[in-house]
Amino acid sequence: MKTSIPQEELLRSGHQACQGCASTVAMRYALKGLGRRTIIVVPACCWTVISGAAPNSSLDVPLLHAPFASAAATACGVKAGLQARGDEETTVMVWAGDGSTYDIGLQSWSGAAERGEDMLYVCYDNEAYMNTGVQRSGATPMGVWTMTTPDGNRRPKKDLDALLEAHHISYAATASIAYPEDFVRKFAKARAIKGFRFIRVFSPCPPGWKYDPDKTVDLARLAVLTGVFPLYEIEAGAFRLNLAPAKLKPLAEYLAPQGRYKGLDPEALAREQGSVTERWQRLLARKAAS
Amino acid sequence: MKKVLTGNYAAAEAAALAGVQVASIYPITPATQIGERLSEMSAEGSFGGRLIRVESEHSAMASLLGAASAGARTFTATSSQGLAYMHEMLHWVSGARLPVVMVDVNRALAAPWNLWSDQSDSLSQRDTGWLQFYCASSQEVLDTVLMAFKISEKTFLPSMVVLDGFTLSHTYEPVDVPDEKAVREFLPPWRPESRLDTGAPAAFGSLAGAKDYIRLRRRMAYDMEQALSVIDDVAKEFERLFGRRYEPLAPYRAWDADTVLVIAGAAAGAAEAAVDELRRDGHRAGSLRLRVFRPFPADALRRMLHGGMRLAVVDRSFSQGSEGTFSQEIKAALYSSSPKPVTTGFVAGLGGGDITVDLLKEIWAEAHNGTVNPAETVWMEDAR
Repeated sequence: MKTSIPQEELLRSGHQACQGCASTVAMRYALKGLGRRTIIVVPACCWTVISGAAPNSSLDVPLLHAPFASAAATACGVKAGLQARGDEETTVMVWAGDGSTYDIGLQSWSGAAERGEDMLYVCYDNEAYMNTGVQRSGATPMGVWTMTTPDGNRRPKKDLDALLEAHHISYAATASIAYPEDFVRKFAKARAIKGFRFIRVFSPCPPGWKYDPDKTVDLARLAVLTGVFPLYEIEAGAFRLNLAPAKLKPLAEYLAPQGRYKGLDPEALAREQGSVTERWQRLLARKAAS
Repeated sequence: MKKVLTGNYAAAEAAALAGVQVASIYPITPATQIGERLSEMSAEGSFGGRLIRVESEHSAMASLLGAASAGARTFTATSSQGLAYMHEMLHWVSGARLPVVMVDVNRALAAPWNLWSDQSDSLSQRDTGWLQFYCASSQEVLDTVLMAFKISEKTFLPSMVVLDGFTLSHTYEPVDVPDEKAVREFLPPWRPESRLDTGAPAAFGSLAGAKDYIRLRRRMAYDMEQALSVIDDVAKEFERLFGRRYEPLAPYRAWDADTVLVIAGAAAGAAEAAVDELRRDGHRAGSLRLRVFRPFPADALRRMLHGGMRLAVVDRSFSQGSEGTFSQEIKAALYSSSPKPVTTGFVAGLGGGDITVDLLKEIWAEAHNGTVNPAETVWMEDAR
């Protein structure tokens, strides 16, 4: 079968991720979309480790490690520094986890987004602080077990995408490793757009979500088909739903393989199903309106 | 060309003259004017660098981490809370061995709120691996910023150029502003061999084990030590080109003095005036201005001071649970001297209190007459 995905590999096999880690598949596809003229800025997150300890690197593009709170600001500087040296072409990409994006680095990306800084900000969202061993973040869904919510998280997941949209950015998208062509296309597209671009990547985490590592792609696909993680993009304000199943699969199908949802009682499940359905209806209405 | 400039405007002028390529700015009293002046110069075309109007001081320094890693000459300015907020980034930038230059306009730290001059902000960053220079005039601010770029780019250590809030930052003085061509000869464009480059991909700041980590820190310590001779070389070259000479320590009528006031920053001018008055009254008074604080010029200090002297160290900072920062450092530097000067620490001018000629004469007399216990910090609390 002929695929639209470039053959070139910019992520090496010697990385240090856990078995079944979605964020490594995501990095591989992201770099296929972006190509060699890319510099990555990584704040404290799983990728601090995955990229490799000194003097090794699992990446064939330059990487700058940045503090937890300031990946976007660091990336602004990288871009400005490159421009000062006459390089307008290189894409500067932040590759950050949800802890850095939803919580501690929010001010930094918000400033960069509002100023329209020329960068691609990617949040690989595994829905908790996984590098430190599964503590809740602002991205953790309602009812989920983590080390700091042993009886279930009490609040709904923060609507980051809405926050991003409120910054009038040039491109925002969601991407899933279960849909590689859509994934790579979005990164290639983001590469060609100027200004602040944002892609949120859904990133199932076997040890943090408590499921078998061979189920990563299945879970990523189920998240899309149940409406938990819809695939869409917003370019210069124009909304596009990339995949709209005729009928959503029941949420329970996505939750069942995950140990982190074990404590969810039927009543809570029904409530969660209700909020997923309601959000999906809003997206469909937006699709119809656009 | 002669211009009449405040300390803040001299700092902005110097950044533009230095050919800064990326400057990040965020407002904070009393340093705000530096970013304003750079914005104005950028709008009128006399500053060609890129200005990033960041949303916090933490991001200001983070963006310079990025820009310097990409090989650009970088600058920022801040004060007080802003510097404290940057603390994490200060360690990061020095650990990354990037020659960032920053101006800190001294101001006290909250709580309670206070806007005025006090050296606690910069001195509490002494362990972050930054060179620190304390200025006493607008001319010195301009000259020191220019020299700092050269020193930092030679040592791969960042520099903090420090000036007093309001007393220096907002006071107009005549300043000899060198022309750009002469500055470019002194300070050619920075072209680092190692930088973020897609043609030669490398990872910067990756996880390092204990064995590598301690070696990196030892190497940094060595380069910090060597920085004293770099500072000296750069000062000599600067003097050759521009006719002004700066030493790490600036003594005033100190060589035959029996009691010496030791001080840093613009208040050194008042100390020199106090020395003149005391000399007129027949006293053997002297003063010593500490200009370079990191690396600490301990050898030069030991050469300058002898056992028969008494020292009155004037601290505009206080390390709670210990004593004034300069007092600590000077006592530590003189520990191996025998006999050592009797050294008394005086804390004065915290939160912007004026350090006047009269106050300094009083401090001098207390140290000279031995009416205070050198083992205890003397607090000069009365408002002047």
